[in-house]
Order: sequence, then structure tokens, then C-alpha cells
Amino acid sequence: MKAPAFEYHDPTTLAEAIALLCRLENARPLAGGQSLMPMLNMRFVQPDHVVDLNRIAELSGIRVLPDGALEIGAMTRQRDIERDARVAQACPLMVEALAQVGHRQTRNRGTIGGSLCHMDPAAELPLVCAAVDAVVRIAGPGGEREIPFAEFPLGYMTPAVGPDELLVGLHVPAAPKGQGHAFLEFARRHGDFAIVAVAVLLDPGPDGRVARASVALGGVGPAPLRLAEAEALLRGTAVEDDAIARALATTASLDPMEDALVPGWYRRHLAGVLLGRALGIARERMA
Amino acid sequence: MSVFGQSVMRLEDAPLLRGEGAFAADIDFPRQIHMRVVRAEMAHARLVSVDVTPALDLPGVIAAWSAADVAEVPPIPFRATKVRGLEPYCQPILAQGRVRYVGEPVAVIFAEDAAVAEDAADLVLVELEELPALLDAAAEPTDFDATRNTEPTIVRKSYGELDAAFRDAHVVVALDLAIGRHSGVPMETRGAIARYDAAQDVLELHGTAKKQHWNRDEIARLLGRAPSSVHLFEGHVGGGFGVRGELYPEDLLVCLAALRLRRPVKWIEDRREHLVATNHSREQRHRIRAAVDAEGRILAIDNVFFHDQGAYIRTHGARVADMSAGLLLGPYRVPAYRATGHFRLTNKTPAATYRSPGRFEGSFVRERLMDAIAARCGLDRVEVRRRNFVDVSEMPYARPLDALGTDVVLDSGDYALLLDKALARFGWDARVADVARRRAAGESVGLGLGVFVEKSGLGPSDGVRMTVDATGAVELVTGAASVGQGVETALAQIAAAALGVDYRRVRVVRGRTDRIEFGSGAHASRVTVMSGSATHQAGLALAALAKQTAAALLQTPEDALEIVDGVVRRVDTPEGASVTLGEVARALAPGTKLSRDRATPGLTVESWFHSDHMAYPYGVHLAQVALDRGTGQVKVEHYLVGYDVGRAVNPMLVEGQIAGGFAQGLGGALYEEFRYDERGQPLSTTFADYLMPTIAEMPPLDILVTEDAPSPLNPIGVKGAGEGGTNAVGAAIASAVDDALGGRGQVTQLPIMPRDVLRFLAEGAA
Amino acid sequence: MSERRITLAVNGQRHDITVPVRRSLADALRQDCGLTGTHLGCEHGVCGACTVLVDGRSARACLMLAVQAENLAITTVEGLAPDAAMLHPLQQAFANNHALQCGFCTPGMLTTLVELLAENPSPSAAEVRVAISGNLCRCTGYETIVAATLEAAAVMRGEAA
Repeated sequence: MKAPAFEYHDPTTLAEAIALLCRLENARPLAGGQSLMPMLNMRFVQPDHVVDLNRIAELSGIRVLPDGALEIGAMTRQRDIERDARVAQACPLMVEALAQVGHRQTRNRGTIGGSLCHMDPAAELPLVCAAVDAVVRIAGPGGEREIPFAEFPLGYMTPAVGPDELLVGLHVPAAPKGQGHAFLEFARRHGDFAIVAVAVLLDPGPDGRVARASVALGGVGPAPLRLAEAEALLRGTAVEDDAIARALATTASLDPMEDALVPGWYRRHLAGVLLGRALGIARERMA
Repeated sequence: MSVFGQSVMRLEDAPLLRGEGAFAADIDFPRQIHMRVVRAEMAHARLVSVDVTPALDLPGVIAAWSAADVAEVPPIPFRATKVRGLEPYCQPILAQGRVRYVGEPVAVIFAEDAAVAEDAADLVLVELEELPALLDAAAEPTDFDATRNTEPTIVRKSYGELDAAFRDAHVVVALDLAIGRHSGVPMETRGAIARYDAAQDVLELHGTAKKQHWNRDEIARLLGRAPSSVHLFEGHVGGGFGVRGELYPEDLLVCLAALRLRRPVKWIEDRREHLVATNHSREQRHRIRAAVDAEGRILAIDNVFFHDQGAYIRTHGARVADMSAGLLLGPYRVPAYRATGHFRLTNKTPAATYRSPGRFEGSFVRERLMDAIAARCGLDRVEVRRRNFVDVSEMPYARPLDALGTDVVLDSGDYALLLDKALARFGWDARVADVARRRAAGESVGLGLGVFVEKSGLGPSDGVRMTVDATGAVELVTGAASVGQGVETALAQIAAAALGVDYRRVRVVRGRTDRIEFGSGAHASRVTVMSGSATHQAGLALAALAKQTAAALLQTPEDALEIVDGVVRRVDTPEGASVTLGEVARALAPGTKLSRDRATPGLTVESWFHSDHMAYPYGVHLAQVALDRGTGQVKVEHYLVGYDVGRAVNPMLVEGQIAGGFAQGLGGALYEEFRYDERGQPLSTTFADYLMPTIAEMPPLDILVTEDAPSPLNPIGVKGAGEGGTNAVGAAIASAVDDALGGRGQVTQLPIMPRDVLRFLAEGAA
Repeated sequence: MSERRITLAVNGQRHDITVPVRRSLADALRQDCGLTGTHLGCEHGVCGACTVLVDGRSARACLMLAVQAENLAITTVEGLAPDAAMLHPLQQAFANNHALQCGFCTPGMLTTLVELLAENPSPSAAEVRVAISGNLCRCTGYETIVAATLEAAAVMRGEAA
């Protein structure tokens, strides 16, 4: 389990990195390495070039905008985000999810951008971004572009980042006052990729009822799945038990991934169970 | 106070804590090259051709071999067994003609660098023609080769009037039970580093474990060398658990390469290889029936089972199936018994022993049966066990059965007493009431138990050589091995107690064929019993020799002397004249007057301990679980292991063995399984797929070590402690989960998966 | 094969080495720096045996390239004990509490817990459990490791063990 041979590049600026990606054939950007390095060691990927982003200072850091929203650099370490009081303020869902991302040792190195671009169907951070309607910034030879996170996944483990592009950061809107949140996942063993994960946000309106609901599932589809129907059913309710039950009923039509280890029915069942629990928690937290 | 029985600190720890250990991968020799194995990617296929030439073209590659290059090396043999006819099913060191499991070695590369060797291995062209894969040992056997099928033998054992018992039974309870495929999976993968010392004409193999002397003899035989010209060395071993230290194809390949290529050859298994190449274990299906009388007493047991050996027979032969047949009955009196063990090959990684082999399986089967008998007879689960226990007054209790070639004679034990102690410590009655309250409130909680008899101290013989040098330091050379469990400390304690020295003055030399001519290694919970007894005898003999010598030096009668902290002195005047053991040793140096009276000079003795029977420790596992009715997750809320080890040399080490053994049992009960798809592709090939318990999965664990039944079979009364923590975890957790589900007997398979629990809950509600 | 000359700062000592760029930090520590205390248990980032401290933060050395570690301060298990006579309080507590058997996972446990105790001198048992939840041990059943850590924390706070 030794990585295959490759050429190594460690640019110090974004422009340099993009130029390298434009010039080199079969190159892979290396972020925190917590997904790419195992894949290299197992030779699941065999790039000719590895472009290391760890020396590009401009790609990491957390900034709070005047409206309270966050700008998070793609190379910001997961553990730095997890422990940042400003993130806890603006996006408590992300902090709750981060505690379940791998382990301390992997979060010390792992980056938010790396997780988003790896886009494991059950990964926590893409699910959070889907739930909070994050906007991602992608840089390429022609400059930067922004797309809503909903357009970021192109398919199974495939982000909308071209071979000569890089994810450089994301914009996370600030949680409105009184928002209730919950992030739950089920894995057979602590710290593993979830079989199913669920993220829920409930924004109260002036009348105390749900003005906006966000319900996202991981591990069910090839990428995070927003349950628009459930969200619509929750809007305008006080998240009473029967409102939750109606929202849960929408999971019956899910057609989850199936693999040799986890049958589809089990994922669908878990989606309903976890969603019910998450809605209960978020309801308690909504003020 | 004697150091025997004290929880003293380990002698092994300092280098391990400082990162100064000598694990297999830590061993390097000048000019060494690296080996990489090319493995089969199909479960069953005709091996059409292997072309290594593209690999040879890569710079840094020194050699590449396929089966034709190693044709003169016979397949890897197995250790002595009473079962005949197994030889044709042994594994060649490189696949010949057919591949029979994913991971089977097909070719090897030797290169200057490990990564380059891996690059080259990727270039080897292996042409395979896929054949149907056989993945179910309970299915009809198919062809192993042109003349043999995939059932090498049927293990049969029986006694008593079985048919009559079933005819006359009040009830017959029949179950179909299965144990999943899992294994030891030590944190250190295997490694083998071979070096040919041409100057001395000695072949050395480093990174070995467990069975150095047998492996040495077989390597010598297979490579056509004298055993005295082959030596095996053991450094640190990162966990053994049964799988590490067996003789595998890679061990022979590095030795052969070191001889042919005349350079040291290093092979370090990677984790993905480990999960498909190192011995699997456990997978067995039992169709078991019990004839029971109206009081819930067992009249007979009929045990038909299918043992999934995987693709080849390895060094254990049919031992696990043999033990599954011979040791199934545990603590119970069973008037008639018949075992029919279908020992079958499939297209999976070969299997052999893993901590509590045959007993983890057997306890699950037997204790599920006891629960079912209780349910059928309307008896309490505890009571049905009490009624069937072999009573303490019946000890020693001879069963008309054999296992591992020795008659099963339970040497000592008070099973009912331990059960009472364990129930009291666990607070069973209070928990029964608490569980009832919680169930009434809608929770799914349950209690479970498993009672078992372990085995340990497999003979026939073990010897040690114990020497005091001129400084008073003690060296104990043993043919035992250490796989990280604290062998050095335990043997040092026994030696120190018998001789009368500080245990920290005892250096234990183990796992080396160049220091002692014979040895049996470390397995089957045998070291403390066998090597420990030999050490005890040696220590006493050495003390006698020291006193005899000191008597001459001090002009004092021998029987007036004692040895305390390395000093021989008078019992009645401890402050009076004395000699140190170092001085005694000097008085026995070659050429001295006193030494000439003896066959060999020096303060040294060799002692052998022989035993024809095993010692049988016994235990009780108690579990409380709660089921998550939404996810099906089983949460173990509390667990107790009660274990009688006869006498504990070091209670801290015994508890450590039990706690670690429990964690492994928990893995087999709830998490770990080697799974395959329908074509025999392994699905559990990383640590993300093969789920070993982390600390997050560990429940509160209480350990009750008792010493109620010392073994009469050895001078120190000990029984092995290594496997009791593992033995009944599957049994007790299955019992508790089933209880939480309402006691319907739905739990018939391990590991218990959350989705199965959901299914059971749904069935129960329907 | 692409190689680079790099300098690694390990346990306060400089190592000028030339490594293939594909070589992991763990392999470089073991093969090029001669520090074999960092063990490889899985090489895919799950078992935690290879955990080292990178600028004081725990990281899997199998998931970093050696060339990435240039200019970073690396601490391995060999760097924990103050000298040949004394153990680090955590190492001593591991011995006192039988928190190791085969010792293979121990270096990764120790480095992980050194980081925890630097960050949180008075952890609860629950916090210790979370900290080592990414470290597999196949021998101990883990509980003695928690006890050892709590004992070491007390010693490091200056309280009698």
C-alpha cells in the first residue's frame, strides 16, 4: 500500500496552482489528504501529478461578513472551523456536524474544501452545505465563478469543478435568529462514514411558526438530497407531531442507493427514523 | 510476600512506550530487498498463465517468480492431527493450475524498494478463466480438483445411547445457528525478513511469532536444510490472537529468496492483504438438537455442523472443527452426544484458529440451545443451566470424548458457585426487575447469559533453562513465545517466587530457536500452564542447588537456609553470614571445586514439565442490552465476565486479557464480519469495512476473577487466562438481544446486525 | 522517480534527507529518520497507530507526504520522554495502569493524548474517550487507557496520582 509514482508540485499562490492544473495532464489537487491519500495508498487513483494546495495561504481562513455570513476558504482545516466561535454563532449546524466528521486527527488535517470536492454521498460537510444553501466559489483560468451548492454535485462523487479549476471557498449565510438545527447520523461504528445522515434547519417566522424549513439527507442518493416536499409540509406549522409525521411520510418514496452491504430499504427506514428525531431536536431548539 | 499472585508492573513496557520496540517492520538488514506478492483477483479460476516479464523490465526489480519457479517446494503442511487424508488440500506457496480465493499468492516480485516492488507487481499479467465460486459450506460439495471434492473429511465423535434418548425425550429442541466469518486482525500486520548468513551457513527468519520451533523444523524440511542451520527470531509481536505466527506462503517465499538471491529479503504485509491473506476464522453453521426430559434436563445432544475452512487446509488441519465437536458441551452433563462436523472447503481465505477457537462458536450454539430449552420447558434461563451443570462433587469429570488428541477430562471446577457469584456481582435480580419496569415503559431491553468451560495448557511438554550469572542476574530461556500478552512478566514472577529473587532481575528469553532446542511457542492459553510450570520447577531446583552450594560455602545445613531477594542466608539468623546468588554462581563456575561434583558447571538447571491433559478454566458472561427501536442498534449497557483461572499469577494481566478478549468477542457478536459478494469478491478489505470495536463501542465492563478451582494438573494450580474474555460474548449478547426482543429465539446468527434487529422487532410486532 | 531533498524537524532534531516525493511521512520517519516508533497499522487513515504531532496537532502520518512536512515541527513517540531515565507522565501512567499489551497502537495513543492534555489539562473520562475514538487497539479493551490518561493529567497538573 505505497502510493504510485507521481510528480509533486507545491505552488504558493492560487494563480500558480491554476496554471499548473492547466498545464499538467492527469493532475490531482491535494488538499488535507484525508481522502486522497488513502486512495493513493490503495492505488485507487494514479495521477501523474499531485498539486499540493497546502502552501497557498490565501485559500484558508474564516471571515465574517457584515451581514453575519461566513466566508470560509477551501483549505481551512475542519478542526479550525469546528473550534471557531464565529462559526458556532453563524452556523451551529456545521459545528454539530463537524464533531462527527472522522476523528480529531483527521479533522486536524482535513479541509472543508477537500471534503466537498471528494463528495462522498454520506459525508457530513456536503450535507451541511446543501442544507444551509451555501454558495461555492470556483476559480479557473478564466477567473472565479460562484454557484449555489445545489448545482455543485454533478453526480456520484463528482463535483462541478473542472480539471483546471479549484474550489476556493464557500459562502455560508448566517443562521437567522431563532433557527432550530439538528444534525444526526447513523453509522454502525463511531466516526465512520454514515449509512444515513440528516440535517435539519427550521427558521421561525414572526408568528413563531416555521417560515422556512431545510431538510437534507445524506447516504440516500449519490449526493446530498433536499426533501422539498417535506420542507413545504413543514412550512407554516409549529412542527407539531402530526406535521412531523406528514414530513416523514415523504421518505416512503425515497429510492436509496443499494449496495452489497446495505440494502436500500434499510437506508430508507433510517432516513425516516433520523429525520423524525432531528425534527424533534430542531423543534426544541427553535426559539 | 511472594511475587506470585501480585499485580506487579510489566517488564515489557519501557521500550514499547518509548517507541523502541522491535516489531517486524522495524527490522532492517544491510543490502535488503523487498518482496511484494501478486494475488489472485478471482475467487475461483483456472490459472491460464502468469507473465512476469513486464515486471522484470522495471528498473529496481531483481527477480519475479510464479509457480513454475518454486515448483520444488512442497505445499505447507499442518501440525499433527488424528484426522487422516488432509494432505492433498494444503496450500502451495504460489498458486498452481487454479486459484481458489481472492488474495491467493500467484507471483512474487523482489525489488530494491517496497514501492517499486508494488509498481512491478501491478505489471504482472495474470490470465484467469473464471470458475463458479463455492461460498456456502452448507451447500453440496463441488470439485476441489479432478479427483477430490470440497469435503476433505467429516469429524465424528459420539458416545451414549443417542437414538434412545431422542426417542424417549419429553421434548426435542432443534435450532439452526450460524456464526459469521471474522478473525484476530492484530494491529500489526504480518512481516517476514529472511537473511542467509553464508559465513555460518545459517538461514535466519525474523518477524516470527507463536510457533518458532515447529515452523523452523518445517521450513528446514521444505527447503531441504538441517533444522540446526535454520533459526527463527521473535522481536515484538503486535498481537497474535491465533492468526499471527502460523506458517504462511510468504514465510517460505522470503526464505527461499534469501537463499537464492543471497540478499536479505523483507516482506511486510499491508492491511488490505492482511484482510484477504491472513487466516480467517469462526464461520460455522450448526444444526443442533437436544433431547430433554420433563424437568429440563438434557438427555442427549446431536450436533451437526458445517465448518467453512476456506480454500485450503492450513497449519491447523481440522483443529477448529475438532474442537467444535469435542468441546461443545461445556459445563453441562450430557448423557449421550453425537457430533458430525462437515469440514468443507470454499472459495474464501483459508481459516484457522482465532482466540477461543471452536469455543466462541460452540458457546454461542450451546447457550442458544440452553435458552431454547428453558423457553420450551417454561423454566428460568438461569435455572435450566443450574439443573444441567456438572457438579463440583463429580470432579475430575471425564467425558467419553477427545479434543486435540487428548481425552476431555474436566480437571476441577464449581460451575454453580461461579454462576452464583457472577449473578450477585452483576446484580442480576435487581436488573431483572429494572428491565421489567423499562419494558413496561416501552423500551426494548434485555438480559443475557452464557456459561462456558474453556481449555488451556495443551501438553505434552515444555522446558526451560534457568541460569543465575555471576552478578546474580537470572536468565530464563524458554521455548515459549510472546505475542504481547505479558509472558515475560508472568514467567519472571513465577521464576522469582520459586527462586527467591526480585522478578525484575529475571530476563526472559523467548521465541528464539537458537537459544533452546525445543519449544511449543505461545498458543491455546498454554504458556502460563506449561512453561509456567516448567519455570516453577526450574526455580525450585535452582533454589535447591543454590542452597546446597551455599551450605558448603557457609558450613551450614541446607535445610537451615532460605533465599530472600537473591541472598542465601540462615532462616534463624537472617542478619548473619550469607552469600549472594552471584557468589554461589561464581562458586559453581567451570573449574571450581564445587562444580566438579556436578554434571554441568554453573548455577543453572533445565526443567521439563509434562502433561497429558488440558486444564479447564470456566466462566460466566452476563450482559444487559438495549435496542434502538428506530435504527436497530444494539447498545450493551453493562457486561460482566466472571472467570475462574485456578490461580492468577498476576491479576492485573489476567484482567487485561479478559478485557481485551471481551472487546474481540464484542466485535464478533455485533460488528466484525468478512463478507463476500456472489462471485466471491471480498467486501471487507479495509478498516472502513471490517469494523473492529473502538472505545466508543465498549460498554462498562466488570471483571470478576476467581481462584476457586486450582488445577490439580500442575504444581502452581494455574489455568490459562487468555481466552475466557472472548469465549461467551456472542452467546451472552445473543441471549440478551433475544430477551430484549421478547425471548422468541429469533437471534440465530452472529454478528447481530442492526437491520436484523429491525426485522425481528417487526416480526415481533406482527 | 521523482525525489526531493528535504529537511524534517523531528523531536527538535534536523534530518536532511532525500525522499521519493510519493513517500509518506510515516515511511520517511521510519526509513529515512530511523524513528520506527511510529507504526503503520492500516495505511489508510483509520487505525491511528501512526499518529504524530504536526506543529502540536495530531495527524495521521500515513496520510501526509514527507515532502509536505518540510518546515513543520514533528513530534513522534520517541520525542515524549525527557531522557533515558525518565518517562513522560503519560508513558508512566500507561505502565502503571496496564494500558498497553502488545504496544503496537501505543505510540499513536500517546501522541493523540499528549495533544488532548495540552489542550485540556483536566479532561473528563468522556472527553478522553472521544479523543481516542480514532485509535484502534486490539489488546486492552481501552478502559485502562482512559484510567492512565486521567492519572497522567493529575500528575501533570501537579496533583499526586
